[in-house]
Amino acid sequence: MTKNPLLSLQPEGLYCEAGDFHIDPWRPVKRAVITHAHADHARAGHQLYLAETSCGHFLRGRLGADIHLLPLRYGERLRHRGVTLSLHPAGHIPGSAQVRVEYRGEVWVAGGDYKVGPDPLAAAFEPVRCHTFITECTFGLPIYRWPDPDTVAEEISQWWLECRKNDQKAVLFAYSLGKAQRLLAMLPRDVGPLYAHPATARMNAIARQSGYALPATEPWPTEARKGAAEGLYLVPPAVEDSQWLRQCGAHSKALASGWMTVRGNRRRRALDRGFVISDHADWPGLQQAIAATGAENILATHGQTHVLVRWLREQGYHADNLQTPFGEEDEG
Amino acid sequence: MKQFAALVLTLDQTTSLNRKSDLLARFFAEAPPEDRIWTIALFTGRRPRRQINTRLFREVILAETGIPEWLFAECYAQVGDLAETAALLLPPSSQSSDDTLTRWIKHIQNSGNASEEEKQNFLRHSWAQLDRDQRFVFNKLITGGFRLGISQKIILRALARALEQPADQLAHRLMGDWNPREFRWEDLVQPQATDQDSRPYPFCLAYPLEADPVDDPPGDLREWTCEWKWDGIRAQLIQRRQQTYLWSRGEELVTPQFPELLPPASHLPDGTVLDGEILPWQEKATSPLTFQDLQKRLNRKKPGANTVRNTPVIFMAYDLLEHNGQDIRKKPFCERRKILETLFPKNPRESPLRLSPLVHQKSWSRLAQERSRSRTIGAEGFMLKKNDSPYSVGRKKGLWWKWKVDPLTADAVLVYAQRGHGRRSGQFTDYTFAVWDGDQLVPFAKAYSGLTNKEILEVDRWIKKHTREKFGPVRTVEPQLVFEIGFEGIYPSKRHKSGLAVRFPRILRWRQDKPSREADSLETLHALLAQVCSASVTEPR
Repeated sequence: MTKNPLLSLQPEGLYCEAGDFHIDPWRPVKRAVITHAHADHARAGHQLYLAETSCGHFLRGRLGADIHLLPLRYGERLRHRGVTLSLHPAGHIPGSAQVRVEYRGEVWVAGGDYKVGPDPLAAAFEPVRCHTFITECTFGLPIYRWPDPDTVAEEISQWWLECRKNDQKAVLFAYSLGKAQRLLAMLPRDVGPLYAHPATARMNAIARQSGYALPATEPWPTEARKGAAEGLYLVPPAVEDSQWLRQCGAHSKALASGWMTVRGNRRRRALDRGFVISDHADWPGLQQAIAATGAENILATHGQTHVLVRWLREQGYHADNLQTPFGEEDEG
Repeated sequence: MKQFAALVLTLDQTTSLNRKSDLLARFFAEAPPEDRIWTIALFTGRRPRRQINTRLFREVILAETGIPEWLFAECYAQVGDLAETAALLLPPSSQSSDDTLTRWIKHIQNSGNASEEEKQNFLRHSWAQLDRDQRFVFNKLITGGFRLGISQKIILRALARALEQPADQLAHRLMGDWNPREFRWEDLVQPQATDQDSRPYPFCLAYPLEADPVDDPPGDLREWTCEWKWDGIRAQLIQRRQQTYLWSRGEELVTPQFPELLPPASHLPDGTVLDGEILPWQEKATSPLTFQDLQKRLNRKKPGANTVRNTPVIFMAYDLLEHNGQDIRKKPFCERRKILETLFPKNPRESPLRLSPLVHQKSWSRLAQERSRSRTIGAEGFMLKKNDSPYSVGRKKGLWWKWKVDPLTADAVLVYAQRGHGRRSGQFTDYTFAVWDGDQLVPFAKAYSGLTNKEILEVDRWIKKHTREKFGPVRTVEPQLVFEIGFEGIYPSKRHKSGLAVRFPRILRWRQDKPSREADSLETLHALLAQVCSASVTEPR
């Protein structure tokens, strides 16, 4: 890559000079293309937000109704200063997108966060042919190979049943946007009452407004102290260290995350159960996605970049890493 | 294997000790008897002999998974457990094995004499028959070190429930060097009187004092006995039927390692069991040599004559557990001590078998004063034993206390970090600390513990952001964070660049108030070394 790269890293974030816009910038900019509504990608303070339609709803919910938003449908093309820009499903969470940028015949795709496996809500990852692909690699090690999500859903139901037998609340930690809705759509509804934490319930409401079919949840009990109703409690991971958890009585704690592949991760957080379910690509998923783009140049970001870069180079790619502050290992 | 793998999996899925004990009790009731024995053996650290070495194991894994060695190393660094890394990397399996744990262990043991190629085939063939959880267990059996957060205490609790027998009695039956291949479930349920000669008793342990006894005495001083706490190897000396057995606290038979203790032990009356400490101690010296000296005597089958001459050991007797073949552990400590004293001749300086001297003072504050002398006589502080205390199994609060002197300390800078293992796998928790030598930082101690989980998380994040260089698994970090490091002893060392070595280093606290420039210097440590050494020189011979 001898000439000026189409996308490059600036202090504000990933930048397209030809089109004068940023992708998921972490400092306030004029025009921000947002891949998805997770907090580390969608920050406040930009003058214009460009995002997929349902992603836009989440952005309004999180950043305020008054943001200046330009919604775009998947596949819809936008031309600006000679640059063609379009968004394509990334399969990460509802509304998540890859950003395709074309300029003078050269195509770059910023994959954002993505997964290639099935999801009951998010539109399936769409491989986009390009010259340069920017890939995440949160789980960029071959130890990460996701089990079949249906099997995991079955494991979660078993655990939930066991908790019910032991008169325990089943407290399931899952990110309020994305993971929570995915679980909600996967879990059986005949085991018992299912409660969504207010933060999660807010995201559920937006998802429903955006047209995603989500089963209803019970209203969050205001008195969730000892003796309060048993059931499955879907809560954000931040609740792990909270007054509510300490006072909610007998419970079993579980986390739904790709990090739960490794025993040590579960044990050091003193979790009872860890369910391996992730909205990121696993190792085979990364290989599959990268190959499907047909790209020769791969830029790795978000995770164990040095490992993936070395691996890809050994496979004959031009690979490099792209240092971004995304998802410092707590997402999954 | 199904039952055992399920046990391992479910034990791993709960943090509740009650639930763990439930699961084990059910396993002990339902699993084949020989599998029960192996389970006890594995969980109490009696793993079978290693038949396939790590190098070969790794080679086969690389060949089976087709990944390069560096990538395997990256995975291993993340997982922190070889057996688990291998289980995660192997291609998915649809098979699972119905064979018992015992049969699998037999297979593994039989592979010991096979050729390298046969061993490789054995591994491949085995993995092909096992599902992911079974592979993890199988790999653990191959690579050794079956640590799954199951303490002896939980095992005993579960066994006591399964057998409806007191846990203390079972603890005694499980002591010593029994062989899981010969030991039968019936031996545990109803032990035979024979072949028990070498068997030691479970050690009685002490908790550290929770408060300074001067401010908050554990009771009337007259109800307590005080003796020095020595820093050697806790051991049991058994004399039965003209045979001597010496057991370390790690339940290893170490008799041949300390030949100088055998002649004096043979003069003990038949049916005697002493609890005490093996200490390096030169004849006529008033205090022991350092623990570093004792290390020269460890882990060798039989020491040479020179080693024995230069670093002789003594057995400092603390307690009497068996007298004339009678188990007297239930008698009060003061009575046991009285009988113990009758076993020792008047002139204790001559024999390698000695009686632990008692410390008599009129008040807790005087005792505290006396305790401050600990380092000068080579002790770690005091042991407080309640006069009426039985010799219990394991740790019981309130009967025995350790009252150690405060550790030596230094403020040091974090310079290297490495990912931890087991519960700390994946996180940077193994740290190397350095002190200033002019404007150079010289490493002087490694420490793995002492921080809260929250601090570990914070330091882990900091390390990831402030890495300067990576050498394999080791990261060099910017020299910014200062920690107060505590240690029990300091010795000159030729092997270390700093010229000194410390014993039991650990992190006392994170000095977030201190810039790295204000950390201690090597000079300060050498001054400390000179001070400690001059205090504990032994008498010239």
